[in-house]
Amino acid sequence: MHVLVCGGTGCHASESEALLENLKTIITDKGLDNEVQVIATGCFGFCEKGPIVKIMPDNTFYTQVTPADAREIIEEHLVKGRKVNRLLYVDPENKEQIADSKHMGFYKKQLRIALRNCGFIDPENIDEYIARDGYEALAKCLTEMTPQQVTEIMKKSGLRGRGGGGFPTGLKWEITSKSVSDIKYVVCNADEGDPGAFMDRSILEGDPHSVIEAMAICGYCIGASNGLVYIRAEYPLAIDRLKTAIAQARNYGLLGNDIMGTGFSFDIELRYGAGAFVCGEETALIHSMEGLRGEPTVKPPFPSVSGYYGKPTNVNNVETFANVPVIINKGADWFASIGTEKSKGTKVFALAGKINNVGLIEVPMGTTLREVIYEIGGGIKDGKKFKAVQTGGPSGGCLTEKHLDSPIDYDNLIAAGSMMGSGGMIVMDEDDCMVSIAKFYLDFTVEESCGKCAPCRIGNKRLYEILDKLTQGNGTREDIDSLRNLGNVIKDTALCGLGQTSPNPVLSTIENFWDEYIEHVTEKKCRSGQCKSLLQYVIDAENCVGCTACARNCPVNAISGERKGIHVIDQATCIKCGACLEKCKFNAVLIK
Amino acid sequence: MGEVKSLADLRKIKEDLRAKMSLRENSNNPESLVQIKVAMATCGIASGAKQVMDFFIEELEKRNIQAVVTQTGCMGYCFAEPTVEVTLPGKDPVVYGYVDAAKADNIIEKYIKNGELVDGIIPVNYETIEKN
Repeated sequence: MHVLVCGGTGCHASESEALLENLKTIITDKGLDNEVQVIATGCFGFCEKGPIVKIMPDNTFYTQVTPADAREIIEEHLVKGRKVNRLLYVDPENKEQIADSKHMGFYKKQLRIALRNCGFIDPENIDEYIARDGYEALAKCLTEMTPQQVTEIMKKSGLRGRGGGGFPTGLKWEITSKSVSDIKYVVCNADEGDPGAFMDRSILEGDPHSVIEAMAICGYCIGASNGLVYIRAEYPLAIDRLKTAIAQARNYGLLGNDIMGTGFSFDIELRYGAGAFVCGEETALIHSMEGLRGEPTVKPPFPSVSGYYGKPTNVNNVETFANVPVIINKGADWFASIGTEKSKGTKVFALAGKINNVGLIEVPMGTTLREVIYEIGGGIKDGKKFKAVQTGGPSGGCLTEKHLDSPIDYDNLIAAGSMMGSGGMIVMDEDDCMVSIAKFYLDFTVEESCGKCAPCRIGNKRLYEILDKLTQGNGTREDIDSLRNLGNVIKDTALCGLGQTSPNPVLSTIENFWDEYIEHVTEKKCRSGQCKSLLQYVIDAENCVGCTACARNCPVNAISGERKGIHVIDQATCIKCGACLEKCKFNAVLIK
Repeated sequence: MGEVKSLADLRKIKEDLRAKMSLRENSNNPESLVQIKVAMATCGIASGAKQVMDFFIEELEKRNIQAVVTQTGCMGYCFAEPTVEVTLPGKDPVVYGYVDAAKADNIIEKYIKNGELVDGIIPVNYETIEKN
């Protein structure tokens, strides 16, 4: 028998360690240590009801267990075989006690469709993919359905582009299929560029065949026999696995000429990108593949009419493709039953930042931010306070506490001033300065702007400069208005998606953290202590013993004072390097 | 294996492969193999998954334990890399996080040899489409 005790950060804070010790001592005292083993585990992700204890093999799940409960669990459950009812988890909806964790709603929060094989099969073995229904969808499409029927299923499923824009996938396929041309192309956009996003990489590394299969299905629907994967060269492992997978599929006759004797031919090649953010935009991506500069062009014409070398081209994101085989196998109705009214299915998110369980998750659309951050993500690191979560990367915005309970889908996120983006979620706590965060993203956009249109090339640079001025303590009230005006103009006038969305981090932080912006300009104060120029190092007269350590280590001789006398920092000379704070052994240097 | 010629062909291959996999996965036969999957995506490899996988392969052979060690993609627990999933014959899979050589040694000696769990288990908190 095993007793599992959660040793995650959340449960640790609520005395799980003492509980663990108590359990161990009592079990040894009773001479049960040969039969029962007590084990500390990682976070169950159920920190709200911690500490958690799980008894194996009967899967009993106890919540909010205190160190004092150890004896009762051992004497009742382990010795007499009776569950301790008062510690069982109570379903919040029907108020029933649930003994077996398999029936807890909590474990149904995550549903893996796009990630179905990630971390389950060997990505370099096509047999394992086939054993999990792999290539069955392709076979079904080719032998039992017309391209129109397949497109109809995709339209009915309600799948929308997972790269961020959210354009209905079935509709895109239909438009491309109607374009008349001798050659058409299927392109997989694997140019994942948002800071902190790694879901596409993980899918390609964990389940490359699902993308290959879906591209072939797409080719069948739109009448294309050429597939191209545009992938950044900085993803070497994903490239490697994809190459292996393509070679295996060719060997099995699942790619190449006359697939399964149906007369349909399809093959896939790779195109490498140099890792420019703007190349995730489909027109820029196509130009980059043609060997031109990765600059966007005005739409229309859309790639579905005139794309790669002027031929109709269907561009979909990795995660979008990964959903396709499942939709064909399980039906449009099944897929459409998951998610919200306008956003169907699931979304993969990469959790990063100040969150305990950094990692990849996949949840049905409509899951709330609170569920994602606190229940799946295990809450904020070091028990700090949640401040904001950045979604949609440099094109998205910050969501705050007031958005925690709104369901996540394409339309809700846009209404809240952010966007779905490719699914990066960067969590911030009370130590993060929102002006600096906005500056960080602007720095990224300025770097990544292709320079073709003036609003993006010049406007974003000016936005960055104003933000920099604010963090230096030289900002004025008017600067905030300029940020707003300029931001809105850039949104309205920039050529492509990058420029049209680049002011979002600034505008959404101004909207949601107005007070913080005002503090930076009126009081010249940064409440989270991130803007170094706004800090003041001072010496607390009460604690200073006059050891001279600070004065001796100050690189600019800004500290004066006699030996054994109170020292003073000259604010005009101080460069805020923090050396004095580090050297003081008496906690006499303070940051104000 | 030759080319896949038709849907029927593919289904037959699938059944064959499934039978092989389920023999590995669901058998209660104590002689059947221990299965070890090492998460080998970029995050895992960067945290040392390759060394851990090599360790398992070499040590299991040295200690004469019949096992299949395979690689797989990211399990999603990037905070706890390297992660390893161990399935003993007839038992549910158990995921261990923060696995290094010392811990891998512990897993072999305690869990694989004696069925005693080792500290650092990561509870699985998702469903896949099969259960839906």
